Amino acid sequence: MSSTAIEIQSKRGVWGGGNEPLKASYGKLMMWFFLLSDIFTFTAFLITYGAIRVSYPAYGGEAADFVSSNEYWPIPEMIFDAIPLVHGGHFPLVFVGLMTFILILSSVTMVLAVEAGHRNDRKDVVKWMLWTLLGGITFLSCQAWEWSHFIHGTDEGSMLTYVNSLGNVVSETVYGANLLVNEYGPAPFAQLFFFITGFHGFHVTIGVFLLFLAFYQAAVGVYEERGHYEMIEKIGLYWHFVDLVWVFVFTFFYLI
Amino acid sequence: MAQENKHGLEVIPRDSAKIKKIWMTALILLVVTAVEFLLAFTMERGMLLYIIFIVLTIVKAKYIMMEFMHLGDEAKPLFYSIIVPLIFLIWLIIALFREGTDIFLMRW
Repeated sequence: MSSTAIEIQSKRGVWGGGNEPLKASYGKLMMWFFLLSDIFTFTAFLITYGAIRVSYPAYGGEAADFVSSNEYWPIPEMIFDAIPLVHGGHFPLVFVGLMTFILILSSVTMVLAVEAGHRNDRKDVVKWMLWTLLGGITFLSCQAWEWSHFIHGTDEGSMLTYVNSLGNVVSETVYGANLLVNEYGPAPFAQLFFFITGFHGFHVTIGVFLLFLAFYQAAVGVYEERGHYEMIEKIGLYWHFVDLVWVFVFTFFYLI
Repeated sequence: MAQENKHGLEVIPRDSAKIKKIWMTALILLVVTAVEFLLAFTMERGMLLYIIFIVLTIVKAKYIMMEFMHLGDEAKPLFYSIIVPLIFLIWLIIALFREGTDIFLMRW
């Protein structure tokens, strides 16, 4: 008899409010749904990249003989082959590989900060947040160099025939890249590069601001006063997401 | 030995097994990236290589979401409300690749 009574009570309890069906706080829940919407945005970008890429001919010859042209889609490893301080060298994908490593490592230090937050260990939180922040800033600096190199181009450039901004067909040597023409491949190649890595870089920039905020607040003891380190967890979710997106950008933009 | 700080939040000592697991996940992610990097130069470009790349990327995504973002530890309804909507993306992939191929056939 008593067990039935308890059951009725608990059923009433469901409608009485105060339940947490998803067992996550409001902030964490909203961060997850924001990230879900961001997943859609980024996949839309990457799928657009794929669709535009298959609408152009692929380069048919040997990778070693690759010459840039706006007639076919370039091979990424032959385009992204520069590293800082070495002029005109051929180090395919070394620099983006390094950037990927930096971002993954900063994701690791972030998860260590979250773990320290669960233990209320302010010293560890501050230490790992600082490492994460440094990783984020390093990644952004690398991306700034990467963009600068992409925009300025190589010494040789490429001889291209294209329609210029006045609508005339011109044949000239093109250096670097802009939204109209680029020395690496068809115009959408550079456009998509700017859009996709730029949108990701924008996310990283926001992430760095948030990381700094969390680092500062943890250091001065705001979270300790609050009694929990959930903000670290929420910003951590965002930061891991930025890393997650980069993993996909790396595959679809630089490897395939 | 739990230290007390001035606001009385108790600092729980480090659990080295947990921290080791985090570093193991990091190692897996870095090794998978290194493998992708090597395959880019040792394998011939083609559908097989692309499929390997995509599979390895999804492996990495799984580790990041499950181990770093702890999505696996969330309540099941939350887990599914994040994962299930991704089904829509399958349609987007099919539709846009079909579109891209058609544009290619029209243009060249």
